Amino acid sequence: MTFEEISNKAKSEWEALQKGNYILVGTATCGRAAGALDVVDAFGKELKRRGLEVPIIQVGCMELCYAEPLVTISKPDSLRVVYNNVTPEIVPRLVAGYVAGDDPCLELALGTLEGGDEEAVYIPELPRYERELRLILRRCGYIDPESMNDYIANGGYSGLEKALKISPDEIIVELKKSGLRGRGGAGFPTHRKWEQCRKAKGTPKYVICNADEGDPGAFMDRVVLESDPHQVIEGMTIAGYAVGAEQGYVYVRAEYPLAIERVRIALKQAAEFGFLGDNVMGSGFAFHIEIAAGAGAFVSGEATALVAAMEGRRSEPRIRPPRLAEAGLWNKPTLLNNVKTFAYVPSIIERGAEWFASNGTEGSKGTAVFALAGKVVNSGLAEVPMGTTLRQLVYDIGGGIVKDRQFKAVQIGGPSGGCLPEALLDIPIDYDSLREAGSMMGSGGIIIMDEDNCMVDAARFFLDFSARESCGKCTMCRLGTLQMLHILEDITAGRGKMEDIDLVLALAEDVKAGSLCGLGKTAPNPVLTTLRYFRDEYEAHIQEKFCPAKVCTELIVYYILPDRCDRACEHCVLTCPTEAIKGGKGEVKIIDQEKCSKCGTCLEVCPPEYNAVVKLSPVSSLPSPELPKRRSKK
Amino acid sequence: MVTEEQVDQVIAEILGSYRKDRKNLVPLLQAVQTKLGYLPKEAMKGIASFLEMPEVDVWGVATFYNQFRFVPLGKYHTVVCMGTACHLAGGRLILEALERELDIKVGETAEDGNFSLERVACIGCCMLAPVIIIKDKIHPKITPFKVEEALIPYKHEAQSEKS
Repeated sequence: MTFEEISNKAKSEWEALQKGNYILVGTATCGRAAGALDVVDAFGKELKRRGLEVPIIQVGCMELCYAEPLVTISKPDSLRVVYNNVTPEIVPRLVAGYVAGDDPCLELALGTLEGGDEEAVYIPELPRYERELRLILRRCGYIDPESMNDYIANGGYSGLEKALKISPDEIIVELKKSGLRGRGGAGFPTHRKWEQCRKAKGTPKYVICNADEGDPGAFMDRVVLESDPHQVIEGMTIAGYAVGAEQGYVYVRAEYPLAIERVRIALKQAAEFGFLGDNVMGSGFAFHIEIAAGAGAFVSGEATALVAAMEGRRSEPRIRPPRLAEAGLWNKPTLLNNVKTFAYVPSIIERGAEWFASNGTEGSKGTAVFALAGKVVNSGLAEVPMGTTLRQLVYDIGGGIVKDRQFKAVQIGGPSGGCLPEALLDIPIDYDSLREAGSMMGSGGIIIMDEDNCMVDAARFFLDFSARESCGKCTMCRLGTLQMLHILEDITAGRGKMEDIDLVLALAEDVKAGSLCGLGKTAPNPVLTTLRYFRDEYEAHIQEKFCPAKVCTELIVYYILPDRCDRACEHCVLTCPTEAIKGGKGEVKIIDQEKCSKCGTCLEVCPPEYNAVVKLSPVSSLPSPELPKRRSKK
Repeated sequence: MVTEEQVDQVIAEILGSYRKDRKNLVPLLQAVQTKLGYLPKEAMKGIASFLEMPEVDVWGVATFYNQFRFVPLGKYHTVVCMGTACHLAGGRLILEALERELDIKVGETAEDGNFSLERVACIGCCMLAPVIIIKDKIHPKITPFKVEEALIPYKHEAQSEKS
């Protein structure tokens, strides 16, 4: 069959599907965590019980993580309705109401995908969609990631078809015009990498897709692979053709079993259709892709370390040059790009460089995909044009801070990024502006922090991560991050000295200068930015032994307000895991500070009408009779 | 614990389907761990001789990556997420509560083989933070107090099987 015939067949199957009722359930990892597979089962049972034959299609992620599990009921003659936080208990109501009947159950719905019902929320008009622009996420949550037809019917593989008809050089020129920069974080111009690899001498050449997304709090690559894997395969195949490689690898972390499974299925399908193999689309070009499962090392995200991992060695980076384009996997020319970088390629080829470059800013074209998490109302993914401000991202898309607490900081780029304060919320998101502010684009994880988060503790957390994940090759990274961590631990424990701040700043410079790869070069960023923007919190910890956010356990105490404590209530006494609360029925409860583990259970269980438990900092602010006689020895 | 015969048998089965190539080292270790739940020393020695490489290099690679374990997991393997979102929502207190309730330290398996405790960097469902997983079941928005509750059914099950 020609591509046109395949495409027409896929489109007619897709249209046939639209002519009947069907149900979409989001079953990417985040949906599953929220119970989506139970919802699928419940729909299956209920439809069977009623003798209805309606397809239940498991789709990827609609990026609205806060609303999972998400279900869409599609009817040809009516509005498509999206239901949020669906449980198996409400499934019979949805089936009776909207699958079998005409009641869209709007009280259970997030909204509709078409306009027309004045009582319903029209989803495309939600504030977040005014800001969003979905290029690589556009199919996610709407197509079956395990269906080749769904992908082709929605424009898939036409980029590859077009690419094979033009020359490799023309593809690289198109990429250059598009201004695409690597989405792994550093933002290296994509066409330059491709060109270097194309010109490099030596065969065979390799194409590697970096899906070793190890940054805690970032899951964009996982969502792309779980929801629309074919676009990554298509992008890699175009890359193979452009640089002259016959073999590709998707390096996925083993922690993503569902992503691995869906890529495996997609690879099999692409081979069956002749879109991969010895003769791609009948063009004579040969390209194969295999999966390599990473074994869990953050440093493997670094290109040369990833190559070492694939060769069966410890994942340690090496000095560059030579670049991977000259000497990569098994010392052969290798092109390595991030999942999202490859995902943009098919659309750029299909729709043209101008279309892509018409979005974004002067130096950063196209869109960026972020994972929003932390103290934000609508956690989930967002794809926005480059140049969107952080404020728009946090407030318009994220819906602001949970429980109306006070915003404190936004952390971008994970352990390699920085914490930016309120004053910088209006800077545009692009590679260069973020770097100027001391942060970086990174992989796209964005964590929102509020007044209840301690910035010193946050910096300590990221350093702890970097110190653990340092591969150990460079002394400054291995020992420098550890020394910095020890200093921050001292500060959060109230043992800090003012001169520690200068020491940690000096160490930070040394770690940056003395490390080979990005892990060490950027590990100090969280400390440097919190010191730059939140120095007063460090000083409060050191000088007053005071943790403003009341997070650092060694600087806080729990205290039961005697005049608020209800004598008849014993919630805290009964639940305290270390039996630290004294006072029986009829008595005011008192915390034995020697025994208290500061877990906060008493604060959690104290009934809201009493609200008698408070956190105090510094420890010396505890009313005197209850002051601990001696601090527990450390 | 698995017996030496079991290890030999698994190793023989697995090695049969791989080529003698250094690049297969990590896939081999992964295959053994999938089968046995951990990497016994004998298995690593078997892989070393199959790939004709020094045992110390196999050990060096195996200990480098977070995925590999060298002690068997407990029957109720408990994973605590220490990702950024979980940390900000009190992940450290959850870890302390689990260590207290299970009476083991992170990375250990209890002597009776029932519970083991592991920390991971991020399991990627940040909207449910803080999160723990007990025997493959996710417990979302956990608190130190709820940790105790969540463990009760498993402790009961372990108890009743003992008697």
